[in-house]
Amino acid sequence: MKSIEVARLTEEGELKRFMVGLLQRSPAQQTEVMVTEWDSALTRFANNGIHQNVAERDVSVRVRVVKDGKTGVASINQMNESAASDVLNRAVAIAELQPKGEVVPMPGPAKSQRVETWSDATASATPEERADFVEAICARAKRAGLKAFGAYSTGAEQLAIANSLGVLHHHRSTKATVNSVVMGEAGSGYADRGAIDVRQLDKNDLADEVIDKAQRNQNAQPIEPGVYEVVLEEYAVAEMLEFMSFTGFSALAAQEDRSFMRPGERITGESVNIWDDGVDPSGVPTPFDFEGVPKQRVNLIEGGVASGLVYDMQTAQRAGRQSTGHGLPAPNTEGPFAVNLFMGPGTTPKADLASDIKRGIWVTRFWYVRVVHPKASIITGMTREGTFLIENGRITRPVKDLRFTQSMLDALNGTLAISQSTKLEISEYLGAARVPAVRLKAFTFTS
Amino acid sequence: MKDLAEAALNAAQIKGAAYADVRLDERVQQDITVKNGQLAAVSDDASEGFGVRVLVDGAWGFAGSARLKQDEVQEVVERAIRIARASARARSVPVDLGPPVTSRGHYRTPVERDPFTVPLTEKVELLLRADQAMGAVKGVTIREGSMEFIKQTKVFASTEGAYTEQELYESGAGIEATATSPDEVQNRSYPNSFGRHQGAGGYEYITALELDRHGQRIGEEAVALLLAPQCPSGVRTLILDASQVALQVHESCGHPTELDRVFGMEAAYAGTSFMTPEKLKHLQYGSPKVSITADALTPTGLGTFGWDDEGVPAQRSFLIQEGLFVGYLTSRETASVLGQQSNGTMRADGWNRIPLIRMTNVSLQPGDSTLEQMIAETKDGVYMETNRSWSIDDKRLNFQFGTQLAYEIVNGKRGRMLKNATYAGITPEFWNSCDAVGGKSEWQVWGLANCGKGQPPQVAHVAHGAAPTRFQNVKVGILK
Ligand SMILES: [Zn+2]
Repeated sequence: MKSIEVARLTEEGELKRFMVGLLQRSPAQQTEVMVTEWDSALTRFANNGIHQNVAERDVSVRVRVVKDGKTGVASINQMNESAASDVLNRAVAIAELQPKGEVVPMPGPAKSQRVETWSDATASATPEERADFVEAICARAKRAGLKAFGAYSTGAEQLAIANSLGVLHHHRSTKATVNSVVMGEAGSGYADRGAIDVRQLDKNDLADEVIDKAQRNQNAQPIEPGVYEVVLEEYAVAEMLEFMSFTGFSALAAQEDRSFMRPGERITGESVNIWDDGVDPSGVPTPFDFEGVPKQRVNLIEGGVASGLVYDMQTAQRAGRQSTGHGLPAPNTEGPFAVNLFMGPGTTPKADLASDIKRGIWVTRFWYVRVVHPKASIITGMTREGTFLIENGRITRPVKDLRFTQSMLDALNGTLAISQSTKLEISEYLGAARVPAVRLKAFTFTS
Repeated sequence: MKDLAEAALNAAQIKGAAYADVRLDERVQQDITVKNGQLAAVSDDASEGFGVRVLVDGAWGFAGSARLKQDEVQEVVERAIRIARASARARSVPVDLGPPVTSRGHYRTPVERDPFTVPLTEKVELLLRADQAMGAVKGVTIREGSMEFIKQTKVFASTEGAYTEQELYESGAGIEATATSPDEVQNRSYPNSFGRHQGAGGYEYITALELDRHGQRIGEEAVALLLAPQCPSGVRTLILDASQVALQVHESCGHPTELDRVFGMEAAYAGTSFMTPEKLKHLQYGSPKVSITADALTPTGLGTFGWDDEGVPAQRSFLIQEGLFVGYLTSRETASVLGQQSNGTMRADGWNRIPLIRMTNVSLQPGDSTLEQMIAETKDGVYMETNRSWSIDDKRLNFQFGTQLAYEIVNGKRGRMLKNATYAGITPEFWNSCDAVGGKSEWQVWGLANCGKGQPPQVAHVAHGAAPTRFQNVKVGILK
């Protein structure tokens, strides 16, 4: 029974032959082909039972051609001879039918670092294994008089990119993630885990955290909004980092004068170090970007000082420098994107982060975060599934979820302590962040 | 197509499915972006595939694949069945779909001019003209314009005998001007924000927008905003333009009336809802001025179709009637729990995803006021236009929105332009403070092409009819 469940991806040699064949057939001066192929499954549960359970196999063949200074992009989700001709013809037709535009340069060949991100256990995870994992969490919740909700997914994927200048990269990866909300009559808790190897996801460890959180978060009472000292758990810190990346770390945001980054200036507390590293195996590495450029480590904030930005081919050309390997798939008007984020750990055990706080708030996670003022790095959002009052160094009681409206830089400027441990948070869409929990001097809750 | 569908249903029944449906889906999409006077991106994307959903022992399984081949159909069905059996080991209550659905027929979006036959140069030239109009304004630093066209061909077939075919078209466009200073980024966009205004229809929908006629105005507004005073904090009368009302309806009425959310099916992701079943026909959701319908028959609405992805015919129903909460958006599975029948809101984001309850066209019904009259009647208030940021809690009660543009209203007259305007509230309090809704002449259908839900994530294209609307005693100016 197990055999039909092994993730089915096209064999590397066959994939490369397909891509090289497509490049050879192209009538354009420059051609790029990117293939993403995935086979993934997700088991979803609610009210202590599985209610949705899905699997999909798909592929995307994306072709960019440059012909007489004009660019065309087309994609198709089939990988065979006729699909190759079709997608190539459509890309060329677009290029031919348009006025001249700005041409984004293609990179030449460069060696990318090899990083192992494959697990056979993840690639061959079965629906029964997913069901057993979910059932175990539901059973624990049920025994505690609670209800479990969540999703557990496993999948395998490969990404390959080639161009007519000689670039040819291939990378395959697996990913397993689980998230869970556990609810009681009057409150809920949250926990998630993610890993390349499914065997690293420990159902008991997850259940311990989420059930404990749910039990402690019953009958929350409202608290007066205002400015509080806070502890943000890793879930909230990772989300904040993603929003910093989204609004400020891109060279395009800086070139268009939209970014909060002020190069060379101290913009956060001195203990804050944030960087992007696409090949660090403790994250979710991908050794090259969607333009085929090997990923470089970029220090974004070093000792509180704005120290770097991420570049793709277009922003690098404008700045007269090299791409750092942070390009998105063509055609891209959004600019480069840092998706392998890290925030440096500190020296405080996570459990001690609250010990010097007289009166403050403990935040498990954020919800529905949106940018209110990009240049001042102000975001708004809600706290969710575990907001607690800290009094005299101890968590004393749960409080009702609060809305915050806060500048991220101002918040990090008041960094008082950083946990010595870090946690990997895999993003729902692209990349991941490995972050610590933090204690911040002032955080503004507006309602 | 029909052969593959039949093969899938037969295979599912033979392997033990009590119910099965199959969707074959083909989508082509063209996207065009013009930025700062240059054509910045054109892409042409195509995707096809099929998905099989089966019910075994009262539990769901689903599998999909891009390979439309007979051998693949057999394998995908087997996979779906195996997944359903695994679900059954850990399900709670068995799924009851209620009475069978046996729809048959063909539906096509009314289209005057097929957008895929309009030459690329014509589209690009329109965007370039609008770009030029924005570029003529001194101080505009970024100009962007985009268009999107989608054609989707869908087949739905089920073991209950339903077989429907649909050809759905969407056309959308928008322009945006940005101005920056050392401390501020201000943008203005037309007709809506976050990329596009989109509707079900052909290229005539784009022509009617007259993008090039609005470039200069939004450019001037973006630049003026840099120097405008900050929206002051206080509790005031608030008047919203129709597009912001559309988003307010989406977040605070559309999502909380999704019955799957109410039952906890989205609890670990998008959240739940404060509009629980015991409140049905009891909760005074809004003032008597507030009536909201879900209507999949609204012309040009992105939630307009022939049948939903369970084969249930498009229909119209009330969610809120003169302020009273009277109905949900439902699916077959969730409606049967309340002893109801589905009102046809199940839609999937392509062949590779299962259908979920999605808004169709959820619209605030027109009232009898006008924007001019609302302003004239207001002593001390703020008018806000075009969404800039939005956030709402997981039960859909506590919200905060920001808009691109605002004006103060003093003694019945429009006063100074204000920047960084925000307002916040609690859903039923807010809608109960509604005391005027614009009439038919100012009522418009707004397309929203970025509604996220589900795991794995799905994006739905929905719409909201709305007119300018007034609310009393609203907290405005959250940014100090
Ligand atoms: Zn939505």
